[in-house]
Amino acid sequence: MKKVIWWAVFTSLQGLDALEIVIDRGNDNPIPIAVVPFASSNSAGDISGVISFDLIRSGQFSPIEKENMLSYPSQPEDVYFRDWRILGMEYLLIGRHLSRVDGGITVTYRLFDVSAEREVKSGEITAPRDRMRDIAHRIADDVYEEITGIRGAFSTRILYVLVENIGTSYARYKLEMADSDGERPRTLFETSEPLLSPSWSPDGRRIAYVSFETGRPAIVIQELESNVRQRLPSYPGLNSAPAFSPDGRELAMVLSRDGNPEIYTMEIATPARRPRRVTRHLSAIDTEPGWTPDGKSLIFTSDRGGRPQIYRVDLRTSLTERLTYQGDYNARARLLPDGRHLVYVHRREGIYHIAWQDLETDEDPRILTETSLDESPSLAPNGTMLIYATQDQGRGILAVVSIDGQVKYKLPSSAGDVREPSWSPYLDTLSATRGF
Amino acid sequence: MRQVRRYNVALWVVGALILVGCASQQEPEPAAQPAAPVDVVPVQSQPVQSESVQAEPESTDFDSRSRPLTPSGRILATKFYFELDQARLSARDLRLLEMHANILTRNRDRRLVIEGHCDERGTREYNLALGERRGNAVSSFLTSAGVRRSQIEMVSYGEERPDDPGHDESAWSKNRRAVVIYR
Repeated sequence: MKKVIWWAVFTSLQGLDALEIVIDRGNDNPIPIAVVPFASSNSAGDISGVISFDLIRSGQFSPIEKENMLSYPSQPEDVYFRDWRILGMEYLLIGRHLSRVDGGITVTYRLFDVSAEREVKSGEITAPRDRMRDIAHRIADDVYEEITGIRGAFSTRILYVLVENIGTSYARYKLEMADSDGERPRTLFETSEPLLSPSWSPDGRRIAYVSFETGRPAIVIQELESNVRQRLPSYPGLNSAPAFSPDGRELAMVLSRDGNPEIYTMEIATPARRPRRVTRHLSAIDTEPGWTPDGKSLIFTSDRGGRPQIYRVDLRTSLTERLTYQGDYNARARLLPDGRHLVYVHRREGIYHIAWQDLETDEDPRILTETSLDESPSLAPNGTMLIYATQDQGRGILAVVSIDGQVKYKLPSSAGDVREPSWSPYLDTLSATRGF
Repeated sequence: MRQVRRYNVALWVVGALILVGCASQQEPEPAAQPAAPVDVVPVQSQPVQSESVQAEPESTDFDSRSRPLTPSGRILATKFYFELDQARLSARDLRLLEMHANILTRNRDRRLVIEGHCDERGTREYNLALGERRGNAVSSFLTSAGVRRSQIEMVSYGEERPDDPGHDESAWSKNRRAVVIYR
């Protein structure tokens, strides 16, 4: 087993952010690629570093450091494939920025297959000048998809809850949104009362979360573009665990208005909203609903068998089946986009890990994380990685692990406890305006 | 290459130091809270006042700071602790809650907020539900002892409001609790 440790440092306008990436891979070798610094007609920042860093984080690429490059081509006529073959590169990415009179910027890029000595992909992206990072993530997505055949998920965002002064009477709870690499964090809502369970609508335009801002839990839907917040009518007891259906028309949630936590679904597009009860189990906790990709069933956590386990209920027939049998604590499950694989929180010998399970075989669940108190797994839209919350030196942090368990990295935060990450769906980050 | 790496590590260390610096500046002052939970066990068992003998609200039920008092005038415990994953009240807690029930039946204008809490282990939403189960254990005991449902309000905070922000068994055992607050 080969262990590669990358230390990467980026200085940004906000300050200094450090990200430690530990990539742990088996026999599989990451693909060597050269991301040449992009030529620039002005002082606009070079985005090749952002692209390289995205590719590193996927665990599937090992970009060469620019100090080791023999030349810095920015257009096809300057490319000498021999220079890159000597360095053992399989792919080469070059590009340039051009300032526009309207204040925007145009970035062109070209991706070459070094051994075939040909261009395999090219593109041109125009955007306002403050969208350089969005452009970089878009190019990383294109490169990733061209080479691996899997759609890239770098142009995505993560939601999470940041808590300052926890355990004191002046705790602050902040709902944050950042780029998928943890950069450009911004606060969407802030209160002195607990916030939890943020999740995305499938179109990425709205989010739902639980807020105790009134002293009681309520589900809030917030539009990202306008920041308009709408509190759903709340019932006595729990109002929690919101999850948008794949078509965005319904919200699954947990209410305990009948005396016991049960799963409900509610149409959110229609004005007369009335929750429809899905589970009926008077003595059990039923919670943490998640949708199957076809929107026809929900998976959820229930302790109806005595201990928390994962179940699936068909919304039309109400037929319910238990999905997990290993261990005495399995909770907060999410399905991969293929609908066949499940990730969830699994307790083994008192330690809480993230586990992965194939629903179509009888194999034991596979533990993906070696940290402890791991929770809140949330999948990247392409299903290759998941982000989760864990603890590092007594502080809540976020970490990412690939679905094959081989790539792992942490996203440390500079202050407070960070928890409850939620990875966005695919986003059109270049056309969206405010809020992105 | 090697040099570049070392440079990066050095930068990272500088970054870490800056971050540590920031963190320590924001270190909260220790919260002003009672160091230990007030656990008062009745010295001698008091006859339980029955509903029919219901008298005037007794001024001796609360102290000057509106804290509930035992019949012998000591401050009555308002926090009740639970085992991991459990929502069962101990026999001693039930004796203490009986005194709360007596106070509340004598003082029908008083309302009680019951908070349910968990330790940080396990998932947040499951803990929200488990905290409610703990709050319900307190609430249903009180109503069975004569307290009106309208006097009680219950809210579960799950693991979101720890009493002790630590990450060991000593902190966890303080955080698995139900708290009764008089209004």
